[in-house]
Amino acid sequence: MFSYYVRLALASMKRTPVLSALMILALGLGIGAFMTTFTVYYLMSGDPIPHKSGVLYAVQLDNWDPNEPPTESAKDVQPQLTYRDGQNLMNADTPAKRQAQMYATNVVVVPEGDDPPFDESVRATYQTFFDMFDVPFLYGQPWTDLDDEGHASVAILGREMNDQLFNGENSVGRSIRLDDNYFEIVGVIDDWQPMPRFYHSDWSRAFADAEQIFIPFSRAVDGPMGPSGNTNCWKPMDDSLPAIEGFLQSECVWTQFWAELETPEQAAAYKDYLDNYVREQKEIGRFERPLNTFISNVPEWMEVMEVVRNDNRVLTRLSFLFFLVCVLNTVGLLMAKFLGKGGEVALRRAMGASRGAVFSQNLVEVGLIGLLGGLVGTVLAWLGLRAVENLYRGYQHLVQLDPVMLATAVCLATLAAIIAGLYPVWRVSQLPPAGLLKTQ
Amino acid sequence: MLKMSNISKVYRTELVETHALRELDLHVEEGEFVAVTGPSGSGKTTFLNIAGLLESPSSGVYELDGEDVSQRNDKHRSRVRNEKIGFIFQSFNLIPDLSLADNVDVPLRYRGWSGQKRRKVIGEMLDLVGLGSRKDYLPSQLSGGQQQRVAIARALAGKPRFLLADEPTGNLDSEMASVVMNLLESINDEGTTIVMVTHDPDLAHRASRNIHILDGRASDLGSTGPANVTPLPERGVARV
Repeated sequence: MFSYYVRLALASMKRTPVLSALMILALGLGIGAFMTTFTVYYLMSGDPIPHKSGVLYAVQLDNWDPNEPPTESAKDVQPQLTYRDGQNLMNADTPAKRQAQMYATNVVVVPEGDDPPFDESVRATYQTFFDMFDVPFLYGQPWTDLDDEGHASVAILGREMNDQLFNGENSVGRSIRLDDNYFEIVGVIDDWQPMPRFYHSDWSRAFADAEQIFIPFSRAVDGPMGPSGNTNCWKPMDDSLPAIEGFLQSECVWTQFWAELETPEQAAAYKDYLDNYVREQKEIGRFERPLNTFISNVPEWMEVMEVVRNDNRVLTRLSFLFFLVCVLNTVGLLMAKFLGKGGEVALRRAMGASRGAVFSQNLVEVGLIGLLGGLVGTVLAWLGLRAVENLYRGYQHLVQLDPVMLATAVCLATLAAIIAGLYPVWRVSQLPPAGLLKTQ
Repeated sequence: MLKMSNISKVYRTELVETHALRELDLHVEEGEFVAVTGPSGSGKTTFLNIAGLLESPSSGVYELDGEDVSQRNDKHRSRVRNEKIGFIFQSFNLIPDLSLADNVDVPLRYRGWSGQKRRKVIGEMLDLVGLGSRKDYLPSQLSGGQQQRVAIARALAGKPRFLLADEPTGNLDSEMASVVMNLLESINDEGTTIVMVTHDPDLAHRASRNIHILDGRASDLGSTGPANVTPLPERGVARV
C-alpha cells in the first residue's frame, strides 16, 4: 500500500500545486534558515579532539598589570604566556605527561624552480605537539627532542603544502626554503584540521586552516621569527637589553601553552605546580596580582575563549523559532488542503477504507511534503552557508554541509511535517463520510 | 440479505433534535431489486447511509447477511463495506485526476488483492460497461453516462452481493438513464441485490418492489415490476 499511497500523494500534490508548493517552501525556508545557523553552531561547538579533549589543558598564568580589575574567572586572564614563563615550564620537571609551547609566525616560502615565493603561516612548537594532539603522519615522523634542544633547522609539512611543493611525493629528506634559510623536511602530516583550531588561542582565527608548516620553537626564536598572532604587553620592555632579548624577557604575552594531564590527580598536581611556580616568581618581583592560575581542558577552553559567541547562540535559537513558525503555517495549510479532500476521503471510506487507512494515506502525503521541504531546505541551507562564507572570511570550514547535517535537515523536515500534519490528518480521517458523498 | 429492525436515527445539535428515521423495519431478500422512494427530507439518504454502513443507527438492529453490523467497530464495518457492498452515486463521485482504471481500482486496493488479479478484474469490469478501451482516460474526458458506467464498474469490481444506488440516473438525460438502468437490471439478473433510491416513478416501476419512506418510516408499496415480488409478511414491515 505504501507505493500506492506515494502515488496518491503525488497526484494530490499535483491537484493543488500552489498549496503544496507553499507548504514545501514554508518548510524549506524554516529548515534552510535553521540549518544554516545550526550548521555554523554545530561546527563551532564541536569537540575538535573528542578522544583527548579531557586530558589536554591550556595554561593561564595571571602576570598582568596589578592596577587592572581583579580576576574573577579564567576569562579575565590573558590566554597566552610570556616567552619566559613558557620556557621555564618547558625546562622544568613538571607533573605533566607532555607540554608544548607554541606560537604562530609568518615566513616567505621560496619554492624550487620557477614558482613565485609566497607568504605562509608557520607554527613554531615542540616535538611533543604532534603526539599530544594526535597529529597523523603521512610520511616521516616528528622531529626529536634533540632537534628541539639543538635548534635544528627541520620542518614538517602539511599534506596540502607537500602537494603544492612536491606534487604529493614523499618529501622527507628534502629541503624547504623559508625566508633565507633551508629546513630539512622530516615529516609530512596527513589531512588534519581540528575544528575549532583549539590550540591557537586567538578566537577570531579559531576556524582558520591548520598551519601547513611546523618548525621547532627554539629554531624559530633564533630566526628571529616574530609572532604573527596577538602580542599583548602591559609593561615597557627593558631598554638595556638588545631588542630581541628585551622582547623575550618582557612581560609581553604571545605564546600558547598546552599540557597533557592524563588523570584528575595529575591535573591537580600540575595546578599545584603552577601555583608554586607563580609563588616563586612573586619572590623575584613578578606576578604582582593575586595568585590566579588556570588550567582548562579543551571544552572548558572553548568556553573561556568564547569560541561559540552568544550572538551565534541567539541566532540559532531565533532561527529555530522561525522554523517553528513555518511549521505552524504548514499546519494551517495542511488543514486547508486536507479538509478540501473531504469528498475523496468520503468516497474512499465508502469503498472500504478504514479510518486507519485514510490516516496512513494522508500521513504519507504529509511525509512526502516534509521530505521535499527538507530537500528544498537543504538547498537553501547550502545557499545560506555560501552567503556566510562570502560574508565572513576564515569561516570556510564552518560552511560545509556534511552528510550528518544533510540527513538531519531532511529528517527534521520530514519529522516536523509529520508532527505538523498529525492533527489535520487525524481530522480528515475522522470526517463522517455520509454527509460528504452527496456534495462531492 | 438486509434486515433492519426498529432502526431509528436521531441527529442532535445544541438547539434541534431531528428524527431522520423512526423505528424503521425493512427486509430485502437476496437477489431483489428494490426501489426506495419518498419526498426530500423523508429519510431516504439516511436509510441508504445506514444500509451502506456509512452511519450507525441511534437504535435498532441492522443485520447484513445474517450478521448484526449496527454497532461494529470502524475497521470491521469498513471491511464489510469493501467486501459486500457496492455504491453508485448520483454525481458519480469519480476521482478526477485518476484514470478510469485507477478509479475502478479504488475498492480493490483495500481488498488486498495482488496487482495481477486487480488488473484482470479492472479490465473485466470496464469491458462489462463498454469502456475497456478507455481505461487510461480521465473522467473529464467522458460523458455523464459514461462516467456513471465507470462508477458502476467500480461498484461491481469487488464482486459485492449488495449494491446501493443513490439516484443513479439523477444527473443523466433520459437516453443515458435508460442505458444505466438496463445495466443495473442485467446486474440484478446476475444475482446482485440492488437497493436504489430514486425520485423517478418510471425508474421505480422498473424495480421488482417499491418501498416508500415518509417521515422516517417505511411502507411497502408492493410489487411494481414483473418479477421477484414477495408479499408483505406482516403489517408495518416492508418486505421487498
